[in-house]
Amino acid sequence: MIDQDVLTRVLGTAVKSGADFAEVFAEDKRSTSAGLDDGRIEQVTSGRDRGAGIRVVKGDTTGFAHTADLSEAGLLAAAVSAAAAASQGGGGVREVALTRRAGTQVNTVERSPDEVPKAAKVELLRRIDDAARSAGASIVQVSAGYGDSRRRILVANTDGVLAEDEQVRCLVRMSVVANGDAGMQTGFQSAGQTVGFEMFDSVDVEELARDAARMAITKLSARPAPSGSVPVVIKRGSGGVLFHEACGHGLEADLVAKGASVYRGKAGELVASPLVTLVDDGTMSTEWGAIGIDDEGHPSQYNVLIQDGVLTDYMWDYLRARKEHRAQSGNGRRQSYMHLPMVRMTNTYVLNGTEEPDDIVRATESGVYVAKLGGGSVNTATGDFVFGMTEAYLIEDGEITEPLREGNLIGNGPQVLRDIDLLGNDFAMGNPGTCGKDGQGVPVGDGQPTLRVKTMTIGGTAA
Amino acid sequence: MSEFESQLQHIADAVIAQAKPGEHLEAYVSRDSETDIRVYEGEIEHFVSAQSEGIGIRVIRDGRTGFAYAGTLDDRAIAEVLAEARDNVEFGTPDEWAGLAEPDGVDVVRQELWSDVLAGFATDRKIELTKELERLAVAADSRVRIDDANYSDVAAENAVATTSGIRRSGRENGCYVSVSTLADDGDETQTGFGFSVGRSPEEFDLAKAAKEAADRATRLLGATKPSSRRLTVVLDPFVTAQFLGIISSTLNGESVIKGRSLFKDRVGEQVASPLFTLVDDPTNPLAYTATELDGEGLAARRNVLVDGGVLHGFVHNSYSARRAHTASTGNAVRGGFKGTPGVGCLALQVQPGTRSQAELVSGISDGVLVQQVSGLHSGVNPISGDFSTGASGLLITNGQLGAPVREFTIASTLQRMLLDLIEVGGDVDWLPMRAAGVSLVIGDMTMSGA
Repeated sequence: MIDQDVLTRVLGTAVKSGADFAEVFAEDKRSTSAGLDDGRIEQVTSGRDRGAGIRVVKGDTTGFAHTADLSEAGLLAAAVSAAAAASQGGGGVREVALTRRAGTQVNTVERSPDEVPKAAKVELLRRIDDAARSAGASIVQVSAGYGDSRRRILVANTDGVLAEDEQVRCLVRMSVVANGDAGMQTGFQSAGQTVGFEMFDSVDVEELARDAARMAITKLSARPAPSGSVPVVIKRGSGGVLFHEACGHGLEADLVAKGASVYRGKAGELVASPLVTLVDDGTMSTEWGAIGIDDEGHPSQYNVLIQDGVLTDYMWDYLRARKEHRAQSGNGRRQSYMHLPMVRMTNTYVLNGTEEPDDIVRATESGVYVAKLGGGSVNTATGDFVFGMTEAYLIEDGEITEPLREGNLIGNGPQVLRDIDLLGNDFAMGNPGTCGKDGQGVPVGDGQPTLRVKTMTIGGTAA
Repeated sequence: MSEFESQLQHIADAVIAQAKPGEHLEAYVSRDSETDIRVYEGEIEHFVSAQSEGIGIRVIRDGRTGFAYAGTLDDRAIAEVLAEARDNVEFGTPDEWAGLAEPDGVDVVRQELWSDVLAGFATDRKIELTKELERLAVAADSRVRIDDANYSDVAAENAVATTSGIRRSGRENGCYVSVSTLADDGDETQTGFGFSVGRSPEEFDLAKAAKEAADRATRLLGATKPSSRRLTVVLDPFVTAQFLGIISSTLNGESVIKGRSLFKDRVGEQVASPLFTLVDDPTNPLAYTATELDGEGLAARRNVLVDGGVLHGFVHNSYSARRAHTASTGNAVRGGFKGTPGVGCLALQVQPGTRSQAELVSGISDGVLVQQVSGLHSGVNPISGDFSTGASGLLITNGQLGAPVREFTIASTLQRMLLDLIEVGGDVDWLPMRAAGVSLVIGDMTMSGA
């Protein structure tokens, strides 16, 4: 993307006034998206985002500037501006010797979406629409989206790192509305992978569409969710977002350092049920949160965060690791070249336990079975969270019975981790997600086996 | 008009001049510059100085739409964007209502959206006031720590041109400061935030932002989980504004024509308490999101959506209006150059009552003042109207505010909540959102706690 000589000169300029560290992050991203709604392909969109962000660190201060101009002049101007932002003061000239890091791509792309005809992408949406609409007479509306992106990144810094990665992702998502006597209900499905268009050789979009339709139709006969504290069984692959939000964020070193995490000072302590081992894994090939390198040029890693209930480590980016004189963990990520990196998750999941999932339901006399969690929010300082249940059922006498309408699941992350009393052996990853932090979104994955939480609060609308 | 504006307009004009016979073109061009400063413990944690620009081109031919964008304005990139958008047209489904907005003769209500004071405000003063906000928040209460204090400003310019005859440009700038706080009491930690917004930093009220940040963090210390029951709920202005955001999606003309609104086919019906009048008015200069133009370049205007509880109408852009056989209400919204115009409310406001929040509370025997909600968006089904949201606040007993409560949910349906509205407060708060806040009293809601 940029000549090595140019990078060397730009980094030299960035640290000329005595900064400790400088970094060039360049990105060239092409994306295609298409939307279907109300039976029509509304529009195909093509996008191009290309530019570089230059970061200069001096002491505890970071200066940052970005430019869409990748010429040497454009980069030098951004470097001067970032250096000025990082602060003032004298210093010498530093020579930077860049060493190209061997590629660490997490997967191979067989069919780059650039080379796939747009007609083939649009066809997926048609198939989704047809499959959902033939799932039942009550289906009244279908909307679906397709997206792909090819993101090439380059990172060079004054520690000598020079690394590149190409991240290719494809995604489909759909929402299906069914109409019944008691109003309308919606079902959702999505699938996304860090691979090329070959994803659709193995992912059956029609099956996803039928599943979204089934969810909407099932909810037509749903009754209002109860209110109060009950045992909750969370189906495999549907509740990983809870661990991402309610535990994962609290294990990000930047939040820990500021004392804005419930997990500060808890390394080595039992923070969860001994059944729980929680991992963040950027190397998980093809998964939505997979990366070859992070956005600071560090290779992605498999990091154990909680082992058998004991907090083993936090997640780290360059700045936090430097401060603690330790290694980065491949968790420095950013939304685009216009953003500063910070500590972010990749694929975050709970490893398998030993129980048969059916036994977990049978062992629950009465409670709620959550088959799909929706979006939510969490306060990382307290661990308090709220998640919508987009598909849930009652458990009565050890059996899954009636469907429930929308409700929220509320609780406290650390408490839920301690309250997991049954853990299944049926691990699955969940839907692709976009994690938002400090105004930046990055692709993440999550997963977990079927599990039971002793007690959680359901906020339903039943009287 | 600034030089930048005319330059952007020139770029947009040059694109639509390339239209081929039978081709409708729209070019939207924007350029932003922003400053972000973060302070922690009296030091600058980061300082971001950034400029960005880009173009989005929409092509419509034979009822088919194609779109492309690029985050740069160099000539080669623009030519590539136009070519891509043309190529993308091939794949759209013909739509008899597809089309660009057309000039509708509605005059623009001129507003002061640009501050020369902000444009000339010195960087070191921005840094200094961010540090000052941090100091004030720490000083406000001994239990308070700081997560970070932030200053942010943005100056944005844009221009739109269409082959249907729209040619408009504008610019605006604005700034805000915010502080995130933590409060500790023994093992317990709670969080808070405070902010202040202005066209220029001279409009900031740092003391108020610091006090709110400290209050929000400390007021929940020692909070317990309340028992589940039905009771009267008072929504704090900040919470009301978030609910209005949800309600606005049900009044979106596009949702209505696609059968996704619980209010479709209900125009003229009593859908809310007679106390409820809802207006979308981006021409009100007090609104944070006040604007002169909508996302398609039509004049922004005042629209009454609910009048005395009776549903009056929906908001539209030119496409949804055409499909609904009505005219655009000037409610095209656009998230920058990377997207095509959608439909949305621009600046919602509930017509206020007269009494203060304390007066509203004084008449309630068993209730809760909800000061914060979480997961509201995920807990609402805007199609069925069911909702449930995590909440925290203060119990109300015999007309008095009492113990803090947290980790509970409140639930109802949007339809029932609007009908159960008992009173609107007089305490309008122009928040930095697409809706203004005001206290609302809801007669009967389900609170789920212990």
